[in-house]
Amino acid sequence: MKRSVQEYEKMIEKASPSSPGLKNCAAAFLCGGAICAFGQLLHSLWLPLFSSEENARAAVSVTLIFLAVLLTALGVFDRLAKRAGAGTLVPITGFANAVASPAIEFKSEGFVLGVGAKMFVIAGPVIVYGTASAMIYGLLYYFALRLLGA
Amino acid sequence: MAQRIGTSTVLLESRPSVLSFAAIGGKKERQGPLGALFDATSDDTTFGKATWEKAEAQMQKLAMETALSKASIRPEAVDFVFAGDLLNQCISSSFGLMALGIPFLGQYGACSTMAQTIAAAGVFLESGAAGLCGAVTSSHFCSAERQYRFPLEYGGQRPPTAQWTVTGAGAVLMSEHKPEKPYLSAVTVGKITERGVCDAKNMGAAMAPAAADTLAAFLRDTHSDPEQYDLIATGDLGLVGSRLLRELLRREGIELSGNYRDCGLLIYDREKQDVHSGGSGCGCSASVLCSLILPKLAKKELRNVLFLATGALMSPTSVQQGSAIPCIAHLCRFCA
Repeated sequence: MKRSVQEYEKMIEKASPSSPGLKNCAAAFLCGGAICAFGQLLHSLWLPLFSSEENARAAVSVTLIFLAVLLTALGVFDRLAKRAGAGTLVPITGFANAVASPAIEFKSEGFVLGVGAKMFVIAGPVIVYGTASAMIYGLLYYFALRLLGA
Repeated sequence: MAQRIGTSTVLLESRPSVLSFAAIGGKKERQGPLGALFDATSDDTTFGKATWEKAEAQMQKLAMETALSKASIRPEAVDFVFAGDLLNQCISSSFGLMALGIPFLGQYGACSTMAQTIAAAGVFLESGAAGLCGAVTSSHFCSAERQYRFPLEYGGQRPPTAQWTVTGAGAVLMSEHKPEKPYLSAVTVGKITERGVCDAKNMGAAMAPAAADTLAAFLRDTHSDPEQYDLIATGDLGLVGSRLLRELLRREGIELSGNYRDCGLLIYDREKQDVHSGGSGCGCSASVLCSLILPKLAKKELRNVLFLATGALMSPTSVQQGSAIPCIAHLCRFCA
């Protein structure tokens, strides 16, 4: 029983079925693409209703977030995401689900320590590192412009 | 008197009997191959309660009450109950069994809890400290997911090595030796074993070395070989873990043949029920023991069984801190 960690790792690799990578990629490509195409359709629908391109874009995001949260609450989103993988995770729908699902789950611990505190337990890191990298990018951009301008 | 043999095996010479037992399951468990064998299952995974934790506590209460009523015994007659579960501070056990008013000793052995509580009950009976003891455990898919993994509605993918936490509970009522009842003849207490596995989505791989270690210790201590038993059942190694157990033991010169099963592979139809590598959780081995194995022992269809429940002793914190997963396996030998 004195098998080394590396040797056991090799045994695990041999015994473990691998993820169906190609199938997952194809499903993610198709579902992600379908969500983006749907977004484009919404954009075409909203553009005449909202006065500007900027407002129409915002309305597309709001609609997709609303639909993702609705599907999460109806218990449909996780079933779709199980097949779609990154296809539903990468668009804004994944972010909406990551906020809505803990909000629903932790309601049993109350609105303050449950919903309020746990809502960003999955999406929190995305916000933190998204904001931090935006700041770094902004600083680099500012100094690059100053250097090039001078 | 109990006799300690070899490194870690205790022979129970008074042969404490399994007086009664009960298995409770959820909807998915009823749809599985053992569905009809459960004492009770519920379509409503909340078991009529407001939270998943309360639902799990209710399952433990139901399991114990069913085992008591099957033997026509009142809770006051039970000397001690040993119980545990997966939730922080074992709240399913304490909340579930509180109303029964039985002197209680909480146990934590992760998914090995069924074997651990039976072993403790057996040794208490052997010592004469008790005449009637209960051993209870449970797990619930929904309460385990929110504690160890993600919210239920979170849209993620599980790797093929992942296992599905069983929504189920098992209770075993044990007494001084009664003729015609199955009895506990030996227990082997496992060592904490860790072989560098950090992946909490491959628990079977993490637990297999612990199972191999305990089974090898029992066979060495009792000078027996696997062929001598009607059934050797591990708790929840799943597809990956049971493959690894066979391989680890083969390298030690121990060959597991057709009498080896894993409860995690028995409880679900792996292909149809989308459970990836199989079932897991305290309720997995507990409900398979109480729905399939003990009834067969009671009917003398099986006469000599090794029940080897396996547990992963990590916490979400230890996994996040990158520590490898320490595991354990305890063995109970039942005879009829």
